[in-house]
Amino acid sequence: MNWIAIGDISDIPLRGARCVKTPIGKVAVFRTAENEVFAIEDHCPHKGGPLSQGIVHGTAVTCPLHNWVISLETGKALGADEGAVRTIPVRNDNGALSIALENLTLAAAE
Amino acid sequence: MAERTPEKLVIVGNGMAPGRMLEELFEKAPGRYQVTIFNAEPRVNYDRIMLSPVLSGEKDYEEIIIHGDGWYIKHGITLYKGHKIVAIDRAAKTVTSDHGVTESYDKLVIATGSVPFILPVPGKDLRGVITYRDLDDVQAMLLAAQSREKAIVIGGGLLGLEAAAGLAQRGMDVTVLHVMPTLMERQLDPAAGYLLQKAVEERGIKVITKANTKRVVGEEKVEGIELEDGRIIPATLVVMAVGIRPNAGLAKDAGLAINRGIVVDAGMQTSDGDIMALGECAEVGGMVYGLVAPLYEMARVAASHLAGDRKAAFVHSDTPTKLKVTGINLYSVGDFADGDGREEIVLRDATAGIYKRLVLQQNRIIGSVLYGDTADGAWFNDLLKRGTDISEMRDTLIFGQAYQGGAPLDPTAAVAALPDDAEICGCNGVCKGKIVTTITSKGLTSLDEVRAHTKASASCGSCTGLVEQLMSLTLGESYNPAAVQPMCNCTELGHDDVRRLIKAKGLKTIPAVMQELEWKTSCGCAKCRPALNYYLVCDWPDEYADDYQSRFINERVHANIQKDGTYSVVPRMWGGVTNSQELRAIADVVDKFNVPLVKVTGGQRIDLLGIEKEDLPSVWADLGKAGFVSGQAYAKGLRTVKTCVGSDWCRFGTQDSTGLGIRIEKFMWGSWTPAKLKMAVSGCPRNCAEATCKDIGVVCVDSGFEIHFAGAAGLDIKGTEILGLVKTEDEALEHIVALTQMYREQARYLERIYKWAKRIGLDEIRRQIMDDAEKRKGYYDRFVFSQKFAQVDPWSERVSGKDKHEFRPMATVGFNQAAE
Repeated sequence: MNWIAIGDISDIPLRGARCVKTPIGKVAVFRTAENEVFAIEDHCPHKGGPLSQGIVHGTAVTCPLHNWVISLETGKALGADEGAVRTIPVRNDNGALSIALENLTLAAAE
Repeated sequence: MAERTPEKLVIVGNGMAPGRMLEELFEKAPGRYQVTIFNAEPRVNYDRIMLSPVLSGEKDYEEIIIHGDGWYIKHGITLYKGHKIVAIDRAAKTVTSDHGVTESYDKLVIATGSVPFILPVPGKDLRGVITYRDLDDVQAMLLAAQSREKAIVIGGGLLGLEAAAGLAQRGMDVTVLHVMPTLMERQLDPAAGYLLQKAVEERGIKVITKANTKRVVGEEKVEGIELEDGRIIPATLVVMAVGIRPNAGLAKDAGLAINRGIVVDAGMQTSDGDIMALGECAEVGGMVYGLVAPLYEMARVAASHLAGDRKAAFVHSDTPTKLKVTGINLYSVGDFADGDGREEIVLRDATAGIYKRLVLQQNRIIGSVLYGDTADGAWFNDLLKRGTDISEMRDTLIFGQAYQGGAPLDPTAAVAALPDDAEICGCNGVCKGKIVTTITSKGLTSLDEVRAHTKASASCGSCTGLVEQLMSLTLGESYNPAAVQPMCNCTELGHDDVRRLIKAKGLKTIPAVMQELEWKTSCGCAKCRPALNYYLVCDWPDEYADDYQSRFINERVHANIQKDGTYSVVPRMWGGVTNSQELRAIADVVDKFNVPLVKVTGGQRIDLLGIEKEDLPSVWADLGKAGFVSGQAYAKGLRTVKTCVGSDWCRFGTQDSTGLGIRIEKFMWGSWTPAKLKMAVSGCPRNCAEATCKDIGVVCVDSGFEIHFAGAAGLDIKGTEILGLVKTEDEALEHIVALTQMYREQARYLERIYKWAKRIGLDEIRRQIMDDAEKRKGYYDRFVFSQKFAQVDPWSERVSGKDKHEFRPMATVGFNQAAE
């Protein structure tokens, strides 16, 4: 797998997220209260809201536009809503974070 | 009918009993009496039963006031606060106060209450030894509790345990000394007393039973208590709660018949035909009373007699006892001593901490003690009062009403099965039928309305659950008990309870709230976290560190997110006034950042839309140089104060509405509120600033400033209500600020002011803000204090580098990297 370094875990606030700009669009990288790191497309399946701007709780994020709740683990919408975003492999080597982009099709290329 | 001159009614004492008597009297015979009250305490009538919640911090003094100053004014009552009557001259029919005021009476009512009993031991007069009787005592305890040192409560009865729990909650190390082997032995049997002691000890309170106090140790100030067995227990505060006795000294000096209390007949008449007595000072049928239900019964009887109904008579009945300590449920009524011919039914469930005992005599319940699960208390009490023969249901009686006759286990079934004359509210003597018919005839839909109309659950509140069940039964599906609507799926608690407990338990961080209030999720959700963050910001402005990850994106980056992920920026334009230099700066920003849309908002300012998040700090930097600060157009907080041009320009203007609007905005900007807060000031009733559909509005008139509130022009459309008219700008500002603070402290997160006002009642808001200067000042001061921490321009902070990670990507991955 082709791992691309994106920075250190401390760059992301606890219960927060940062964006990584990539040729296929923005990736949102989350850090939960438990210090787990997840990466998903920064694009809500509902109306494309920037998930990186939402409130992080447990292992889920609430979209800032219309309050859909998206699982960070599966990328799926939780509750009554249906839809999913891609999850992106993320590696955490003692805080050094990298993501793998090769599995993605380039459909979303800008 | 010809008007007759009102008779003069003078009342000595201003407690709950005479207060209730007057309410009944004004209803039965309005205008018949000219009323004068002498109150030895320097305040109005408040709910003494609720002193314990004040001590524990679950309520404020303001919340337990029964009659505010406005009530006395409305009924033309002369109230002498802080006047103690020192003499009654029965021949001249006058009373005289310690300040030298003499009033004559046609009818005199003595309601001097009781005095706490002080153990006659050495050292009882040392500083730091107090009793638990009135608000002054509570304040003394609160002051002492600040030290967080050791306290001793002498007396393990109802009052003593409530005092102990309150002091413990305030952070003191508390020991209860009780002379008998088990706690509350007059109301509980030993088994329930034991369970109670365990529950009290679980709260970190030490209990020493069979403790005979020998003396209070100390030189000037109390240092501890020495027991008869020689043990010395150190303490800096000693609360004596060992009982009360009727305060009959004044009546005695006046030559009235006295026994334990002031002797009255069943019509509350003393040995002098023009003098009545009621309340804790009165002795009727050889009994004196201390619980509120019989005192209210005395009040009803006395009011009937004063209104001319000579037939009303006081009848003794057993009053159930309940302890007001959060989390401890106990209920006892009647006689539960063992004895010949008595039988008992006992149910114990040690794991669940439940104990129930019924004492029977000739197949009738004569006493009951319930601990842990008190839901059937009212039903058992009803069977007791009626003397119902229970032999038919004896086998299942102890399991409660729901198990009788194969009835389903519907929680409302028990209430449904009660007869119409079953008592629901013991404090106020309100029966089921009265509540049901009032709900139906007046079309009541909320608990507060039922309380207002029937008084049921309006005193100690412990029958609230029953009243709500009755409302469900009567209203069916249409009753939605808003009070129990949980905040979100993370908790069973509603917003009001969470707010109350944050204050009561002194919770100052979100994790502390979640831990103490047993949140079901580890770190909340997007519904509860912003609400908790607001409550903590509001309640602890100086101590709470804002949790910015619990704010919505708009409040986190101080701009409004748009559907495409860009942001809009709205600088503040004080009162909607701007100038060429400001406009030029805005124009420059528009050009420099290629702002796609510039739009004038409804709140008289300019919105720049379509700004990339990464550009926000630079946009703010440029705006800041021109003197702009954030307009907080994104905040659950103060938004705009819209104005018209007022007396400076307008030929109809009556006051400087622009100036007042700017003054309000400069005073209040930066404050966080439960939901957005929009205001307006109009210079005359033509109302060009549209102040009458705002959250708070001012309409200037010749005679001053008419303050409006609770309007809406969004999802709902609603004209404002009038709060009141004030004469000066200073007063207008003070009233508006106080109203805002009251709203900040009481409303639920995201609840606009009109919804909050509807929920708690317009009159209540007017009473607190217009009529009660002390209260208004309190709100005002708390707002001003909180502004010290709130008035920081978030834009300039971020221009200087705060939260810079927000405005930059973490990394940028190039195409080559990704494709490799």
